[in-house]
Amino acid sequence: MERRTIFGHLWLPVALVAPQFLLTLIFFLWPAGQAVWSSLTRQDPFGLHSQFAGLDNFVFLFTDPLYRDSIGRTVFFMIAVSAISMSLALLLAVFADREIKGRFTYRTLLIWPYAIAPAMAAVLWILLLQPRIGILGVWLNRHGIAWDYHLNDTQAMLMIVLASAWKQVSYNFIFFLAGLQSVSRSVLEAARMDGARGWHRFRTITFPLLAPTTFFLLVVNFVYAAFDTFGTIQALTQGGPGKATETLMVKVYRDGVVNLDIGSSSAQSVILMLGVIGLTAMQFRFLGRRQTT
Amino acid sequence: MKRRTLLAASAVTPLAAMGRARAQSGKLQLVWWHSMSGANGEEINRLAKAFNDSQSEAEVQAIFKGGYADSLTAAIAAWRADQAPHLVQIFEVGTGSMLAAGPATKQVWQLAKETGVALDPAIYIPGVRGYYSLPDGRLASKPFNSSTAVMWYNKDAFAAAGLDPEKAPATWPEVIAAAKAIKAKVGTPEMGAVKFPVTSSWMIWAQLEQFGAIHDLPFATKANGFEGLDAELVFNGPHQVAQWDRLLGMAKDGLYEYGGRDTVPDALFYSGQAAIGFGSSAGRGDIVRNAKFKWAAAFLPIDPAVTTNPINSIIGGASLWTMTTKQRTDAEYKAVAHFLTFLSSPEQDAHFHQTTGYVPVTFAGYEKSKAEGYYDKAPGADVAIKQLSRGTMTANSRGLRLGRLAEIRAILYEETEKALQGQQTGKQALDNGVQRGNRVLREFQKSVGG
Repeated sequence: MERRTIFGHLWLPVALVAPQFLLTLIFFLWPAGQAVWSSLTRQDPFGLHSQFAGLDNFVFLFTDPLYRDSIGRTVFFMIAVSAISMSLALLLAVFADREIKGRFTYRTLLIWPYAIAPAMAAVLWILLLQPRIGILGVWLNRHGIAWDYHLNDTQAMLMIVLASAWKQVSYNFIFFLAGLQSVSRSVLEAARMDGARGWHRFRTITFPLLAPTTFFLLVVNFVYAAFDTFGTIQALTQGGPGKATETLMVKVYRDGVVNLDIGSSSAQSVILMLGVIGLTAMQFRFLGRRQTT
Repeated sequence: MKRRTLLAASAVTPLAAMGRARAQSGKLQLVWWHSMSGANGEEINRLAKAFNDSQSEAEVQAIFKGGYADSLTAAIAAWRADQAPHLVQIFEVGTGSMLAAGPATKQVWQLAKETGVALDPAIYIPGVRGYYSLPDGRLASKPFNSSTAVMWYNKDAFAAAGLDPEKAPATWPEVIAAAKAIKAKVGTPEMGAVKFPVTSSWMIWAQLEQFGAIHDLPFATKANGFEGLDAELVFNGPHQVAQWDRLLGMAKDGLYEYGGRDTVPDALFYSGQAAIGFGSSAGRGDIVRNAKFKWAAAFLPIDPAVTTNPINSIIGGASLWTMTTKQRTDAEYKAVAHFLTFLSSPEQDAHFHQTTGYVPVTFAGYEKSKAEGYYDKAPGADVAIKQLSRGTMTANSRGLRLGRLAEIRAILYEETEKALQGQQTGKQALDNGVQRGNRVLREFQKSVGG
């Protein structure tokens, strides 16, 4: 049976909705509308000459093989970061879910990296991996592995994937731990009595029951890798060497803030916006309202 | 009573907003955004204070606004919101963008004409003046911190390798010979911290743009862009390709270490890891502070296959642009003009030069430094200025006047990094740079309606 509250007057619901509506309008819809408009124009940095350019900016982007490469690179990066951070987090969560001594300390410590600012995290990784001053970087070079992420595409990508994934492990860990704790003990006990052991029990009972959490985290991690890793990448590699670590977000910054190409940068933002809308729609579609997290 | 106070207060508020530029002290407030941090930032603050103490009309507030690119972006955003500072320090590669800014800026010649304050371009050294002038010689922005690329070398490492520490290699074949001699001794106790022979900061600026200038080779058509927005890049000529192949070959043989983009390799030289470090002459302060070995500055090496008679190199650094807002008054512009005159005075110019390692931008500042015996106390501090004023300036050595030049540099870094990994040849790197760079130039041309 559906329950409904009926308002007798119009003013009350309007007054209740207005603040939220205004906030959305001013802080989300207006800037987004501006971005869409800018993406259809060609303008100089000072905004002195602004001409309507139609879809020129988009055509320019999609005929640029470097932009298409950038899309592919970003997708790879998103998958790599999500896979590594989620599997690590799940592993840690499974271990932390046990009745072990000092598990509260253990859990708290695991959440710490989430509180570190991206730029600081990047500095930590530089101190670890820089080929000339980083502890691990120097060690690798001394042992015959030519480690220099300034000049090696693969190593640079590896580094930003690791740094970005590491930062997200904590977040995933919290959700997985919560997910694991909400798995009904009675179901697990029933499985145990039926003779399902460790890995088998995890694979057939726990993991399927975690599916909503996993899917939710997958979307969150995709969005994280696409948008929130800018600080880390900028501090570590600035998109180099070559374009090896230039994700779409880095390119938006480069074209908009450094190169002052407002039109193209806006067009790229609009493309990214469509991507997020797609991801969010997918999440709503599959999870619907029975979202458990 | 209460009501009166309120009325009075409400009457004062709009006035206060209008007279924003006048502080309580009654002085005109001039806002100056800059990008100098560390020791150079302190010198900026000293300049502002010296000006404020020298007169009672105006008060300059120097505000650090982040790196060069950040300042440019911030200045543009501020102008669009009608909140632009009076003066902003813009790096040399932003000159093309600022020249296209029309009403957002008041160029030096306009400022002089409107305020009646004499701002004579002839006091500035030609190599510096040319970069910030219009084709007809009128000055667009006030030349400020200027440097050029020089070759720093570690005298101790030269001695350890059996080379003459008093004689810097003058040509590229000599650089390679010296690099080989140094490499042969790397790891021996007398070589100390040295791990590799050569590195370069600002690789594109120091090895390609400067190489073109001193050898009189064009970087772009239309006099490197000075004569029109429709300039095309041409830095993939045979001599530049030979230069790139040489550096790539040196990298392959372990003679050249690519330390990263822009200033990242600076530390490789002053920490003693690289025996020869190309970089900005303004790096002098850092070297003085950090280097624990004997060092010297030398001219950029030449390629004898191109010429044996090199001309002037070009500058890097930044200049000061006067910006406009709707409500800015004539008195404020006049105060700005006075401040610019103050900065160009021989005392301030010489002091700035000697504290920071940037070259003096005026003849008088240079002469004053000479008269004070600065170059006897700090030998080699005049290498940059000698190199900047060498020979007769040509269309290829005046500078670069290209929109979005910073982006073109980034493209060249990318292509060069690919070549350094063996993914393409030096020629392919420069060809791709030309092709991708021209695309950027055409977009810029369209965006400013040229």
